[in-house]
This record gives sequence, C-alpha cells and structure tokens, in this order.
Amino acid sequence: MVLIPALNEEGAIGRVVTEVREVLPGVDVLVVDDCSTDSTRNHAKAAGASVLALPHHLGLGGAVQAGYRLAFELGYDYVVRVDGDGQHDPRDIPRVLEVLKRGDCEMVIGSRFKEEGGEHSGAIRALGIFFFRAVLRPILGKPVHDPTSGFVGVNRTALALFSRSFPLEYPEIEALVVLQRKRFRFVEVPCKMRPRTTGKSSISGFKSLYYIVHVLLGVFVNVLKFEGRRK
Amino acid sequence: MDRLPLIMTAFSIGLIVVILVSVRREHIRVESSVSWLVAAIVLLGLTSSEAALGHIATLIGIADSVSALLVVAGAVFLAVLYRLSLKLSQLKDSNIALTQQLAILEFRVNSLNEKTKEPAG
Repeated sequence: MVLIPALNEEGAIGRVVTEVREVLPGVDVLVVDDCSTDSTRNHAKAAGASVLALPHHLGLGGAVQAGYRLAFELGYDYVVRVDGDGQHDPRDIPRVLEVLKRGDCEMVIGSRFKEEGGEHSGAIRALGIFFFRAVLRPILGKPVHDPTSGFVGVNRTALALFSRSFPLEYPEIEALVVLQRKRFRFVEVPCKMRPRTTGKSSISGFKSLYYIVHVLLGVFVNVLKFEGRRK
Repeated sequence: MDRLPLIMTAFSIGLIVVILVSVRREHIRVESSVSWLVAAIVLLGLTSSEAALGHIATLIGIADSVSALLVVAGAVFLAVLYRLSLKLSQLKDSNIALTQQLAILEFRVNSLNEKTKEPAG
C-alpha cells in the first residue's frame, strides 16, 4: 500500500495519486485526509485513491498512524508513505519497496542527501537536518542522512509497532528513535525531492524553533524509554 | 495581620465559591473540581492558622511565615496543574485513538456498502 497523508492539498493530491498509480498499477493507494477544509478528499477519490477521512484534525503523526493502523488491520505487508504535496517522486517508490522486500531492515528512508543533486530544501531546513544528524548519530549508532524525510517504507513488523505507538507531531525523527529502541533496522535509499508547486510548508518561521525544541524533547524522552538497547 | 494572608484567605474563599458555582452549573465535572477545592481548602487552612504556617516555615527553613505561605501556595497549584496536565494528556490520547478508530470504522463500513452495491449494479 502507498499511504499519503494530506491536509488541504487539493492542488497537488490528484496529481500525486495519479503518478503513484501510473508507477505502481494495481497497488492500493490510501490518502489519509486530516480533516481538510478544501476538497482534498474529492480530488483524491477522483484520482482513484481510497480515502481515510479523519473527523478531527490530528496532525501529521496522528494521520500517518491512522493509515498505519488501517493498513495493519487490513493485513498489508509493506506500506510506503509519500507526502501529499507532490515533492516526492513516485518513481522512487519501487526502489524503496525493493529494499524492504529484501528483508534485512524494517524501515527504508528515501533520502534526498544520498544522491548528488537530490536535495531540495531551504537553508533553515538544511541547517536543522544537519543539527539532527549530529544528535541522532550517537543514539542510532549509525549515520542518518535525511532524518526528516517523509518518504518512508515500513514492513509488517514496523507497521505493527507504529500502529500501536507513533509520535504525533513531527514524527519522522522520533520514529527513528522508537525503531532503535526496538532494535529495528533502517536503510536509506537515494530519492529526489521536487519543488513544492502548491500550498506551503507547515514548518516555517517561528514554528522552526518550536519544531527543534519539540523534536529534541521527543528524542530525549524516547532515549529515556530505551528498553533492551544494544549494548 | 499581614496583608498577604488576608489576600490569600479572600482568594481561597473566592476560588471555592467559583468552583462550587461552576460545578452547580455543570461547567466543571465534580471529579475535576476536587483538585481545586482541596487546593483552596489547604490554603484557607494555612492562612487561618498561624501556628500551622509557622510550623511549615520552620520545616522548610524559611524564617518568614508569609514567604512560606507563598511557597506552599505555589507548590499546591503546581501540583494541581500537573494533575491537570496528566488528565489532558490522557484525554488527548483517548481522543486521537477514538478519532482514528472512528475513521477506520467509517472506511470499512463504506467499503462494505460499496461491495454490497456492486452485484446489484
């Protein structure tokens, strides 16, 4: 299954769903509509996706977890999440799936920094990513190039974990620590980021500072919760 | 008598009245009012008993009993706020789980409805 969380993405969601279906015909596409006030869900349905419509706005983590819960209940073995704003190129999804199916990791991250010219992020975001790379390096025991990537594939083992417990706001970085806590493995594969054509990022201006503090606290709390960490 | 204990007495009585009125009007649930009422009664007891306040001041090493009253009041309200934060977090978790479950159930009902319509169409 391809999971696409979306909030007020009527300008992009139809194209994203269509592209995903072109690249992966026959694969189920689920858009989790986080209580959009525009016609995101109609555009998603029209493009051929199933829509899980949340009755209240839960934020990115809550929306993604809802999708993971449904995918787990429906028995899916692999779920690849891409953003609804069209910045992820669906042509990278098969590469993520291929690595997942090899079975030597529970999560695959599409990393915009694994390939020359793959990145497409602003200066502040790039600085934040650099900072969190440094913070996560000793915690994860290995480098992670793109800890904030929303292009993520999980297998059923990780799906079971995330359907029970998933960080609610800004979940990507904390999810890595949750994985490490359970001794799960992740692999990064190169992917391309495209410029956003509609809408705007949820993390900008003062929210960037809030993001850093919030995520740092989340990482810290998750490190404290470590059970059975690798010695 | 110092002015501060008088103010704290008036504040505690005011708090008790406001909470009781809110409970009566069903703006606050009874179980949520308990923390505030206990906090207000503790403060009222301390402000009306100089001996108890002096004892606490000695216990926590503060020479001035009025300062001790402020410290105790701060601690009591911090405890109440902490308890409320716990409740809020529990409610948020429940709210998220319920919202997700509702959406999933609605999704499954719609899927079933579509499946049952298919043969007829």
